[in-house]
Amino acid sequence: MFELSFIWAGIIAFAVLTYVILDGFDLGIGILFPFAKNERDKATMMNSVAPVWDGNETWLVLGGGGLFAVFPLAYAVVMPALYMPIILMLLALIFRGVAFEYRWRTLRWKRVWDIAFCGGSVVAAFMQGIALGALVQGVTIEGRAYAGGWWDWLSMFSVLTGVAVVVGYALLGATWIILKTEGSLQKQMQGYARWLGAGTLGFIGIVSILTPFQDPVYFERWFNLPGSALSFVMPAAVIFAAWALFSGLKAGKDAQPFLASQSIFVLCFIGIGISFYPNIVPPGLTIVAAAAPDSSLRFTLVGTAVLVPMILGYTGYAYWVFRGKIDPDEGYH
Amino acid sequence: MIDSFTAETLARMQFAFTVSFHIIFPAFSIGLASYLAVLNGLWLRTRNDTYLTLFNYWKKIFAFAFGMGVVSGIVMSYQFGTNWAVFADKTGPVLGPLMAYEVLSAFFLEAGFLGIMLFGRARVGDKLHMFATAMVAFGTLMSATWILSVNSWMQTPVGYSMNDLGQFVPEDWWAIVFNPSFPFRLVHMVLAAYLTTALVVGATGALHLLRNRENEPARRMFSMAMWMLVIVAPLQILAGDMHGLNTLEHQPAKVMAMEGHYDSHPNGAPLILFGIPNPAEKRIDYAIEIPRLSSLILKHDLNAPMAGLDTIPDADEPPVAIVFWSFRVMISLGFAMLGLGALGLWRRVRGQLYDAPWLFRASVLMGPMGFVAVLAGWITTEVGRQPFTVYGLLRTSDSLAPVAAPAVAASLIAFIVVYFFVFGAGTFYLLRMMNQSADSAKIGLQAGPLRSAGITPIMQTQTGGKES
Repeated sequence: MFELSFIWAGIIAFAVLTYVILDGFDLGIGILFPFAKNERDKATMMNSVAPVWDGNETWLVLGGGGLFAVFPLAYAVVMPALYMPIILMLLALIFRGVAFEYRWRTLRWKRVWDIAFCGGSVVAAFMQGIALGALVQGVTIEGRAYAGGWWDWLSMFSVLTGVAVVVGYALLGATWIILKTEGSLQKQMQGYARWLGAGTLGFIGIVSILTPFQDPVYFERWFNLPGSALSFVMPAAVIFAAWALFSGLKAGKDAQPFLASQSIFVLCFIGIGISFYPNIVPPGLTIVAAAAPDSSLRFTLVGTAVLVPMILGYTGYAYWVFRGKIDPDEGYH
Repeated sequence: MIDSFTAETLARMQFAFTVSFHIIFPAFSIGLASYLAVLNGLWLRTRNDTYLTLFNYWKKIFAFAFGMGVVSGIVMSYQFGTNWAVFADKTGPVLGPLMAYEVLSAFFLEAGFLGIMLFGRARVGDKLHMFATAMVAFGTLMSATWILSVNSWMQTPVGYSMNDLGQFVPEDWWAIVFNPSFPFRLVHMVLAAYLTTALVVGATGALHLLRNRENEPARRMFSMAMWMLVIVAPLQILAGDMHGLNTLEHQPAKVMAMEGHYDSHPNGAPLILFGIPNPAEKRIDYAIEIPRLSSLILKHDLNAPMAGLDTIPDADEPPVAIVFWSFRVMISLGFAMLGLGALGLWRRVRGQLYDAPWLFRASVLMGPMGFVAVLAGWITTEVGRQPFTVYGLLRTSDSLAPVAAPAVAASLIAFIVVYFFVFGAGTFYLLRMMNQSADSAKIGLQAGPLRSAGITPIMQTQTGGKES
């Protein structure tokens, strides 16, 4: 029954990708928050994600909870290995999460919570990028436990991926605001999106070139057939998405820049998946070895097959209810 | 000082600290979500504006507390791995799926419909808005169901086998989910959440009635809270008693610690009302006790023999003093809640519910006591489970992640500083919101969801921030 663990690897990957796609843009709004020119723009930016941010963040809980359920060994190895970045990410998410409510409840400390919103978003994004970089570089395992030190996650490469994720999320945030607003704020973000788009692509290029050198396995995968065919397809697809992004920006389109940026993220995510497979934690922990017993996988799969489509349905409905441009004067505060 | 702590002690302190902070928010939001659903339903039925005013008032407070619950809860879902990796590896196959179900059936439901409940009435109409409100309430209850099943399985593990990797392997999911202590714990906790919310709502109403006895929304919430107390407090005492009997059956050592029974009593055990546990000498000093009453309560027989902690190996004994004290705090507060509910009923029968400043003052004083009781109850059951994470099967000392003590110490300090700062500020804002009268929102138009024209936009958002 090896298929079950692979189905589950796909579901967990889907949950993590959904998280990145959804929380990516609302973290991006936090990253861009200090660049808002006035209070009205700040309120508009925050209100554009206020009804959906906690739903977006729930996918992160599903990623953690799902990993615990179906790949407990991967969960038990990765969390101690990434102890510091995970804890810092959680603390950062606290600061930015509470800012959604706190900033409306005080005048004197409004600036404090604005800083918390931005700082928390930057740190959370940076730590997620660091976690990604550290995973790509590999985790030392002995027996069924993490066997490395508590600073192993820190390297030039992981810092690079950290910065890359911050820039990339900012791009998602900027294009989301282009989608959701009009006028001067939209114009401002169109300007930023060009730079952020260029930056994101630059980082993707650097990280892609460096990744094969982090582990010979990656080199094999990307520079020998059949993988090397993908080494042409994937960059071509990214270039196409980049073209869609910049032409959309130039033409002043509302949705195209956002969708194109999201496509870039999806492509990168697929690329990472190709690098990792069949491992769940590089360099040595495979999907099969990390999986929980079949009885756990089956029990969880039944509910997931029913509930995830429902979740996607009502999440989609919530986005539909709050569709269209943000009215700067609306909000429940 | 922190150097002298082991990684295990630090990890336990960190889990205890973060989970204690976290439970405060769900304990409040479970009850408040149901209250909001009731208020909205009553408004749709009666079209009495007081209910709408109360709904809009508590809605803001709910959103605020819910946000704090979400962010403190994300921390919990990762801490099993960061600090208790061996526990996660071994119990993941059993507990992980239950937690995944919690995320899928509860967290998404709450988060998905919360936005519509808070912001969407004008966009989706009354009926769908009511549905969304009910879904949020249902989600909070689903969440409680799953996570209490997880916790209960750790207290009374059944339905598993062990594989050669040392993992618990699920054999019978029905038995796992509905493990022996789960129904009792679920009822006890949901009632606790309802009581906690009733006390907060009652205290808020009472505070405003102390200022103005004619305040209609304050009267309504005070009255509703008093009804809730007088109905739920006796039920809770009954549920707690049954939960205790269940614990006696499955975790006798915990009950011994709760009762302070260091010694066995072959001819009927006394009920120790108060006393000072002396762990070194293994006795309760200065005990005030009622002979044989413990046997009567726990075995329904004055002369029933009761085993004491002298029958338990020292290595398996929970920390008695903590359990002994926290249990008494919880019980005392439970009876204080019953007393408050009874006083409220007495004044109501006399037709003088709104004419008793002393009752208002007592209600304000009791406002935070639900939280204290919830924490005391959880400390009783969790510390009483020690020295095991999975009762009788997996020791706490064998559950730990391989993270160096300095890393845990650093994260613990960070959690303490951040939580006191963030949640301290949050509590301050919450209290300030409750300090505003519910009918003031109607007076200050800017605070409502639709802001009136004629004020410059920047002024609008600024006054909106001040008003609300």
